[in-house]
Amino acid sequence: MSHATMDPKDGQAGHAGHAGHAGHDHHASAEHAKYPFLAHHFDTPAQQFDSAKLGMWLFLATEVLFFGALFVAYAVLRSRFPEVFTYASHYLDTIMGGINTCVLILSSLTMALGVYFAQRGKRIALIVCLWLTMAGAAGFLVIKYFEYSHKIHENLVWGPSFYIPPHDAIGEIEAQDLAHAPAPAPAAVAPPTDSAAQAIVMVGNKPAVDASVIKPAQSGPSGLGAGAVNPASAVTHDVIPRDIPADHLEDPKMPPNTHMFFAIYYAMTGLHGIHVVIGMVVIGILIYRATRGDFGPNYYTPVDLVGLYWHIVDLVWIFLFPLFYLIH
Amino acid sequence: MTTVATPRPEAIGATASTDNYLTYTRGFLSWALTLDHKRIGVMYMGAVLTSFFVGGVFALLLRTELLTPGRTICSAEAYNQFFTLHGAIMVFLVIIPSIPAALGNFVLPIMLGAKDVAFPRLNLFSLYLWIGGACFTLYSLAAGGFDTGWTFYTPYSTTTTTGGVIPVLTGVFILGFSSIFTGLNFIVTVHKLRPPGMTWFRMPLFLWALYATAIIQVLATPVLAITLSLLIVERLLNIGIFNPSMGGDPVLYQHFFWFYSHPAVYIMIVPAMGIISEIISVHAHRQIFGYRFIAFSSIAIAMFSFIVWGHHMFTSGQSGLMNTIFSLISFSVAIPSAVKTFNWVMTLYKGTISLTAPMMYALSFIFLFTIGGLTGIHLATLNTDVHLHDTYFVVAHFHYVMMGSALIGMIGGLHHWWPKMTGRMYNERMAVIACVIIFVGFNITFFTQFMLGSQGMPRRYYDYQPEFQIYHVISTIGAYIMAVGFGTCAVCLAQSLMAGGRKAPMNPWGGRSLEWQCSSPPPHDNFSSPPTVGNCYDYSMLRWDEREQGYVVDKKLEEAAIEAESRSHS
Amino acid sequence: MSTPNNASIASASGSTSHPAGHPLVGHLVPISTLIMTATALLVLTIITVAVRYIDIGEFNVWVAIGIAVIKAALVASFFMHLRWDRPFNLMVFIGCMVFVVLMMAFCVLDTSQYRNTQYTGNPPLAQETLDANAPDAPVARFKTEMNP
Repeated sequence: MSHATMDPKDGQAGHAGHAGHAGHDHHASAEHAKYPFLAHHFDTPAQQFDSAKLGMWLFLATEVLFFGALFVAYAVLRSRFPEVFTYASHYLDTIMGGINTCVLILSSLTMALGVYFAQRGKRIALIVCLWLTMAGAAGFLVIKYFEYSHKIHENLVWGPSFYIPPHDAIGEIEAQDLAHAPAPAPAAVAPPTDSAAQAIVMVGNKPAVDASVIKPAQSGPSGLGAGAVNPASAVTHDVIPRDIPADHLEDPKMPPNTHMFFAIYYAMTGLHGIHVVIGMVVIGILIYRATRGDFGPNYYTPVDLVGLYWHIVDLVWIFLFPLFYLIH
Repeated sequence: MTTVATPRPEAIGATASTDNYLTYTRGFLSWALTLDHKRIGVMYMGAVLTSFFVGGVFALLLRTELLTPGRTICSAEAYNQFFTLHGAIMVFLVIIPSIPAALGNFVLPIMLGAKDVAFPRLNLFSLYLWIGGACFTLYSLAAGGFDTGWTFYTPYSTTTTTGGVIPVLTGVFILGFSSIFTGLNFIVTVHKLRPPGMTWFRMPLFLWALYATAIIQVLATPVLAITLSLLIVERLLNIGIFNPSMGGDPVLYQHFFWFYSHPAVYIMIVPAMGIISEIISVHAHRQIFGYRFIAFSSIAIAMFSFIVWGHHMFTSGQSGLMNTIFSLISFSVAIPSAVKTFNWVMTLYKGTISLTAPMMYALSFIFLFTIGGLTGIHLATLNTDVHLHDTYFVVAHFHYVMMGSALIGMIGGLHHWWPKMTGRMYNERMAVIACVIIFVGFNITFFTQFMLGSQGMPRRYYDYQPEFQIYHVISTIGAYIMAVGFGTCAVCLAQSLMAGGRKAPMNPWGGRSLEWQCSSPPPHDNFSSPPTVGNCYDYSMLRWDEREQGYVVDKKLEEAAIEAESRSHS
Repeated sequence: MSTPNNASIASASGSTSHPAGHPLVGHLVPISTLIMTATALLVLTIITVAVRYIDIGEFNVWVAIGIAVIKAALVASFFMHLRWDRPFNLMVFIGCMVFVVLMMAFCVLDTSQYRNTQYTGNPPLAQETLDANAPDAPVARFKTEMNP
C-alpha cells in the first residue's frame, strides 16, 4: 500500500493511487474474514482494540470528573468545618473501612488476574477470577450494609433527622437499666463498658427525654476513647465494636453542623456503592459471556474494559477511605 | 500518490444513485436500529429542529407577554415557566446537540474517509439517550412544569413546589450522558480512524473544532450530572449541602453549575466556528488563512473555557479575590476567538466570494459574533458587570453568541451540507432571502435589548416600568420577523425534498475535503472507492462543470498545479 | 497505524490460535507482578491506618492523601496497564484529574475568603429540630459570639 506523504512540500510522487487503494481494500477484507469480531469500520484488530481502550479511558475520565465534583464538595465542606470532620470521623469504624479497602484491593487483583487468564485463553481460571471479583464486591456491599444500618439506627444521617434523638439507641435490655442511680454531674459521654453499672446520664440536672438515654458508666470525661464492647448491646446490635458515643446528641463535644459530615459521607459512599452494584451487574454479564467461551487470546477486550472500570471503582475507594475514616 | 491528483471513481452524473444511505434499507426498524452514522445524524437533525420549533414557540409566547407591562396574555407564573422552558429546551435539547450530534455525526466520518464513527452502537445509544431526556422534559411539562430558570439556582429550585422539577432534572441528566458519549465517540474516531496521510494538521478545521468540543463535552458534562443529582437528592432527601438553613452554601451550587455551563457555551460555539471556517474557505474559493492558528485556537478556547466560570457569579457573593481572577482570565478567553475572526476576514480578503446561502449565514455569523463577543467583554469587566448582571444586556449578549452565532452557524452548515445529506439542491434565492430576514429580525430583536439592559431592565421579569415598553415592543416585532425568516428557511428546505426538487451534484460548492468526493447522498459505506487525502483547502484545480452543475477536478488545472508545486520546491 | 502483535496467524478460530497462548493485541502482565502490586497495596493500607493513630497535626491529611496517591499510581500503572499502554491514555487519566484539582482549588479558595463571615452555631433548621426533639442536647445550646 503506497503511503506516500501528502505534504505538498514533497512534490509529486507519481500517480499510484488505484493500485494502492485496491490493495488496501483486499488486505482489509482478509483481516475481516480472519477475525470475525473485527467490526467493519476498523482495519485491524489492533486498531479496534486501541480504540476500545481509548474510549474506555475517556469514559473513566468522565467517572473521575463525576466523583471529582463530590470530592470538591468534600473539600469545600471540610475547609469550612474542619472541626466537624475531625470529630465525626470517629463515628466511622476504621476497622470495617480497612477491611473494605482490603476486600476491594483483593477484588481488583482477581479482576486483573481474570484479564491475564483471558489473555492466555484459560477459560476456567477466568471464570473463577470473575466469580471471586464478584464475591469481593458482594462482601464490600455486605460490610457497607452493616455500617449503614448501624448509623441509620443511630440517626447518624444527613439533614434535620440528625438532630432527632435515636429512639432505641441501645435496645430492650438496656432500657431496663433506666432506673439505676444517676452518674455524677460531668456530662461527658463515655462509651458503654462491660461493667454492670448502667447509669442514666444527667444533662443539666434533668433526666434526658424519653427512652433515648444512653449509658455512660465512667465518671471522668474520657472523650471518645476506645472502649470494650458492651455485651448487651452486642446482642441487640450488630457486631460493630463500640468506640463511639451511643447518642451523638448527648455529646457536649459535638460541634454544630456535624450533620454535614454525614451528608457528604452518604453522598460519596452511596454513589460509590451504586457503582459497585453496577460493576457487579457488568461482571455478571462477563461471567455469562466467558462461560459461553467468547473470550480468548484473540479477543478479550470486554474483560479488559470491565477490568479498567473495576479498578477505577477501587481507586475511588482508595481516596474515600482516608478522607472519611482516617481523619485524626 | 500525488498531492493533487484525485481519482474520479464516480462518473460525472452519478448522483443520487439507487444505492445511497437513505435507500439502502427501508422500514422503521432499519432506521430505529441503524448503526449508520449518517442516518443517526439525520434523525438527530430532525429531533433538534423539532425542539427548536418548540423552544421558539415558547420564545414567541414570552415575547408576546412582554408587549405590555403587567399581564398581556398570561399570568406571571406561566411567564416564568415560558422563559424557563425556552431556555432549557434551547440549551439542552437544541444548541448543545445540534452541531456535534446532528451535523457532526453525518460529516465527521466522511471527512475522515472512514466508514463510521469508532463506536456505532454507542452512537445509536446517544440518540436514544437524547430521546429519553426529551421525554422526561416533556413529562415534566405534564407534571406541573418548572419555573426555576434554566439555571436551576438554589434555594428556589430546591424549595419550589412546581411538580416538574425532578423530571426535568432527570431529563437533563440523561441528555448530559448523550452529550458525553457523542464527545467520546468523536475523540476516538479522530484519533484512531484517520486515513493514511491525514496527519493532524491536514485535517479540515471542522474536525479540529469537533475535537475541541468533544474534549469539553467529556470533561465538563459529568460535573453537570453530579450537580443535578445533588439537586434531586436535595429536593427528595433534604441533604442540605446547598441549603443555607441547614448550613449549606447556595453559592457552591452556582460554582458546580457554572463549572459545566460555562464550558457548555463553548460546546455550542466552537463547532459553529468550525463550520464557518469551512464555509468561508469553500464559498470564497480561497485557502483558509492561518490554518494552524485556527486549529490551535480551538484547543485554546476549550482549555480556557474551564477557568472562567466565575464570571457568571460576580454579584452572587463570590469573594473579591475570585472575582478578580475570573475577570482577568475572562478577558484572555476572548483572544483565541479574535484570532479566528481575524483569520476568517483575511480568508475573505482577495477571495472570490460567492454569495450563496451558506456564505450569507457565515457573513452574518462574523458580524453577529463580533457584537456578541465584544459585549462579553463588557460583562467580564467587574465594575460594569455589577450594573449589567441579570439585565437584558446579558440576555442580548448570550443571544448574539448562542443564537446569532452558534445557531446561525448550524443553519449555515445545514445549507452547506444539505446537498450532500439529501442529494437535493434548495432554491438558492429563497434561502438567501430567508437568511436576510432572519438577520434583520435578529438584530431588531436583540440589539434593542442591549439598550434595555443598559438602562436597567432586569431579565426574567414579567412586569416592568412603562418607559421600557417601546423597546419591548420593538424587540417583539423583531421576534416575529425572525419567525417569518425561519419559516421561510424551513419552507425552502422542505421544498427541495419534494418530488421534482433539483438533484445535487457530487461537489456543488467546490470543496476539497473528503465529503465532496463521494456521491450526494453518499452510499451506505460512504465511499465506493477510497478517497485521496490532499490539501483540503486548495481549490486551484477545480472547475465548474455545466453539465453536472457542480465542481469537478480538471485534468489540465491539476497538472498545472502539480507543476507549480514541483517548481516551487525545486 | 499500529500493527497487531504476532501478526502472522493462519487460523481463523477465536480462542487458541496463538503460539504460547499470548494475546493477539495488548500486553500480558505477569501474575507475579500483579500479586506484588496487590501486596504493596495491602501494606500501604496498613501503613495508612497506622499513621492515623500518630499525631503529626495538620499534615495528617496530606500524608493520608500522599499514600492514597501512591496506591492510586500502583493501581493505575500495574492493574490498569498504564505502564505499558499508549501514553495518550495516561494523558487522559492525568488530565482529567488536573481539572478536578482546578475546580477544587478555585472553589476552596473562594469559600475560604468568606469564612470569617460564616455563620457558626446551629443552622436554623437544625436548631428548630433540636428545640423540638432534644432541647437539652449540649449542641442545642451552642453559643458563640455570632450566636449569643
